[in-house]
Amino acid sequence: MGVTAEPWQTAEIAGPKKALLILKPEVVVAMVKRAKRPVLVVGHLAAEDYSDDIKMIDYAIRLSRTTGIPVVATAHMTTEFIKRGFQPAGWMPAMDIGNRLKDPEWKGLDGIGPYDLAMFMGLPYYMEFVILAGLKHFSANLKTISLDRFYDPHATWSFPNLPVKDWNESFETILSELGEK
Amino acid sequence: MVCLLAKKSLHVKAKELKTDVVVAKDLEISFGRIFEETWAEAVGPTPFPSITDLRQWDLRLLQRYKPFYLPFCDVCCLCTFGKCDLTGDKRGACGLNMAAQQSRIVLLACCIGAATHTAHARHLVEHLIEKYGRNCPIDVGGVSVEVEAPVTRLVTGIRPKTLQDLEDALDYCEEQVTHLLSATHTGQEGSNLDFESKVLHAGMVDQVGMEIADMAQISAYGLPKADPEAALTEIGWGVADVSKPVILVIGHNVPSAVGIIDYLTDKGMYNAVEVVGICCTAIDMTRYSPSMAKIVGPISWQLRYIRSGLPDLIVVDEQCIRADALVEAQKIKTPVIASSPKNCLGLENRTKSPAEEIISDLVGGKVPGALILDPEKVGEVAVETVMAVAPKRKKFKVIPEIEEIIKAAQECTQCNECMRACPNNQPIPDAMKAAAKGDLNPLAEILENCVGCARCDSACPNDFPLHSFMVKAGEKSLTEEKFKIRVGRGAIQDVEIREVGGPIVLGEIPGVVALVGCANYPRGGREVAEIAEEFAKRRFIVVATGCAAMSMAMVKDEEGKTLYEKYPGSFEAGGILNVGSCVSNPHIAGAAIKIASIFAKRKLRANYEEIADYVLNRVGAVGVAWGAMSQKAASIASGFWRLGVPVIVGPHGSKYRRMLLGRQDKEEDWYVYDARTGDKVYAGPAPEHLFTAAETKEEAMVLIAKLCMRPNDTTKGRAIKLTHYIDLHRRLYSVMPDDVHLFVRNKADIPITMKDEILKLLEEKGWKETRIPDPTLLPRLIRKRKGE
Repeated sequence: MGVTAEPWQTAEIAGPKKALLILKPEVVVAMVKRAKRPVLVVGHLAAEDYSDDIKMIDYAIRLSRTTGIPVVATAHMTTEFIKRGFQPAGWMPAMDIGNRLKDPEWKGLDGIGPYDLAMFMGLPYYMEFVILAGLKHFSANLKTISLDRFYDPHATWSFPNLPVKDWNESFETILSELGEK
Repeated sequence: MVCLLAKKSLHVKAKELKTDVVVAKDLEISFGRIFEETWAEAVGPTPFPSITDLRQWDLRLLQRYKPFYLPFCDVCCLCTFGKCDLTGDKRGACGLNMAAQQSRIVLLACCIGAATHTAHARHLVEHLIEKYGRNCPIDVGGVSVEVEAPVTRLVTGIRPKTLQDLEDALDYCEEQVTHLLSATHTGQEGSNLDFESKVLHAGMVDQVGMEIADMAQISAYGLPKADPEAALTEIGWGVADVSKPVILVIGHNVPSAVGIIDYLTDKGMYNAVEVVGICCTAIDMTRYSPSMAKIVGPISWQLRYIRSGLPDLIVVDEQCIRADALVEAQKIKTPVIASSPKNCLGLENRTKSPAEEIISDLVGGKVPGALILDPEKVGEVAVETVMAVAPKRKKFKVIPEIEEIIKAAQECTQCNECMRACPNNQPIPDAMKAAAKGDLNPLAEILENCVGCARCDSACPNDFPLHSFMVKAGEKSLTEEKFKIRVGRGAIQDVEIREVGGPIVLGEIPGVVALVGCANYPRGGREVAEIAEEFAKRRFIVVATGCAAMSMAMVKDEEGKTLYEKYPGSFEAGGILNVGSCVSNPHIAGAAIKIASIFAKRKLRANYEEIADYVLNRVGAVGVAWGAMSQKAASIASGFWRLGVPVIVGPHGSKYRRMLLGRQDKEEDWYVYDARTGDKVYAGPAPEHLFTAAETKEEAMVLIAKLCMRPNDTTKGRAIKLTHYIDLHRRLYSVMPDDVHLFVRNKADIPITMKDEILKLLEEKGWKETRIPDPTLLPRLIRKRKGE
């Protein structure tokens, strides 16, 4: 596994505070287990990347089914989830879910209470970059994880830039450790 | 008599003055300029508003549409205290926090945009006064357009009749931009919301500046005057007859292009030279001469066209021109004439040199270009130079041959640096892998999504000209690029407003969609055409300007027709209108203002807040800047926000650093006053946002339909709007929207074909009927207060 903490888009430099690197998939497992109110935000690229065989959306569905973590589909991703027989917990534009996650008073999709962990995948890199920046600066009680295979420095935790194969193996490990059957 | 004072001085001199109380000799008195006042309408509350006069209105908007900041950078480096880390709740050495810093950066961007348009207008007005005289009348539509300057009238309270009157409004714009820019200095404004208010002010001022520029050029150059049947002209990479010498103009400010066309006409040479353009200068020169001028394409076509070697001479004016235009031109041995003081390119100022000397130097290759700040001289030098240069150049190009590309591809190390530099993350390494095996199709496909930035070239450690590889790969389809575009028509006629004002305000025409802005598209320009056609088919009114207007033209249907050939150019349901260039955007704002003024008879003069309140609550208009890139696009958008028109940008627009988002789940944010009674009435989240970035074309389409809803919609109008929203949502998202209940005020709002389904949904949501108010956010507009 590569360990480079460089943003995928070369000029998207962030800091001083930058995402901690997920060097082992067990970090994600621990974060998910520790979270009381996690949520998974899935953008439209999850149905396109990374190859003909491996789609992020399939991992999102497996992660949600394994853990019960609610999925928020952005853009037109509901169509892709429904095609795969999965009903996301909610759908809204990426900007709207970002704006709500920033708000410590927001009660979440189910009206129970604010989320403490937001995981992102499948948004355009630069869009996820700025939304995560908004959350880094303006949501004190929220941890974020970028589950894409690119380093996103504004998350709390992020994978480094990974080859598809490594990312795939990491996700299989995460699902296995979280008890996927 | 009502007088408005502006900055131009009025001097009164008297050799000798005798009155009952004074005797004076050589008396000289100076006044601010007094307008000759024949406008019967009384001056409204905010003539020439200062940067705080409309602050209350701004704060009302910002109370509902709160900023969501998206810091692009964690530090501030604008003064020598810095860099300051503003992460989280930290403050910089000056005391500023991250929210204020982000809004400060937005204000800087909008000041740049407003200054650019205002300076553009100033240059045009001065040039046109010099050419046509101070008393050249303002005429943007003859008898069809009596409200010739809706934005200027609304903001300043003056009604310009001649070119010289425009100077007074320009003085105002320049003063305001200076004040606004000063607020960004270290130790000035400290509140993010006050920065945001100033952003809105910058946008409003920008609208005035743009309106002045377009009014001046329409009036003096005789561009189409509110003409729904403005001529069709040609657009595309392949439209030029390249057997002739080709002059390429790039930029936004048209006098130099006019100089070229006039010179060709005067010399009877109009068939000897091809004059083509990129970006808004292209749009405006086709408005001037649809028969002689042609459009290559939007801003992103610059590099591909220059490197192809087709232009024999390049004339640049101002705005959105690649900073390396001269460098690229030198590679193809093409001379460059810079014609704007804002973009001198390091060239010697030859304005006062004899034309023959400049021509000789350019033709002989003694200099790579010249700065000429005289449009007529540009015309002469450009034409005479291109006639001599073209036979020597023989269309010399720097696009490599296929064999060179394959060889380079075989040497490619697959380092991914090109892809990491690409704004759209295009799979260039994969395309190079295919090219190494002789398959150039993937490179050609990437060109379809390419914004023409060439960051891939800069990033490549092997210095491969990757953008040129793509151009070669896509060469065949580029040469076949020939489309029709209707030239910019200018303003919307008053009579058109009278005909559609009612249906728009009542909601029966479901909305006005304005496709504007630059070409920083996430997936190529065809998405703009798809959005336009979707809404034209749905009987919305679609208006367009600038690069978006061009991109919409560059798609043909199965019968080979473009949107401009298929849909009417009038401001009516199902119309697709090219209004003009960037500076034509105020005709769109002006249409909304004229609906309030002409249709609803609201007072227009210096009455900004009331008209904006009207537009926000009644006029279902939405701006879409799918490829928004520039600071000008930022200020154009902010001018629409203050007027109550929501704007959607494409995903790259998220880099503007903040959105203005409503929260439909916060019921308390969506109450309005019923102007009939003074009651506060829940009106639903309409429009839900003032500024947001959509991730995909599909999301944008659903948002457009939703953001066209307004509190004032009649039940019939709301049912029509809901039909479009629900239909698009179902088709693109495969599910029913989960917020329909927020937009149904009573059962008559429900689209008849969906009644059972929606009634069930309303029951599940615990929906309660509300009444339809006469909506306003302004207590002073309540006609009868409670208890009266």
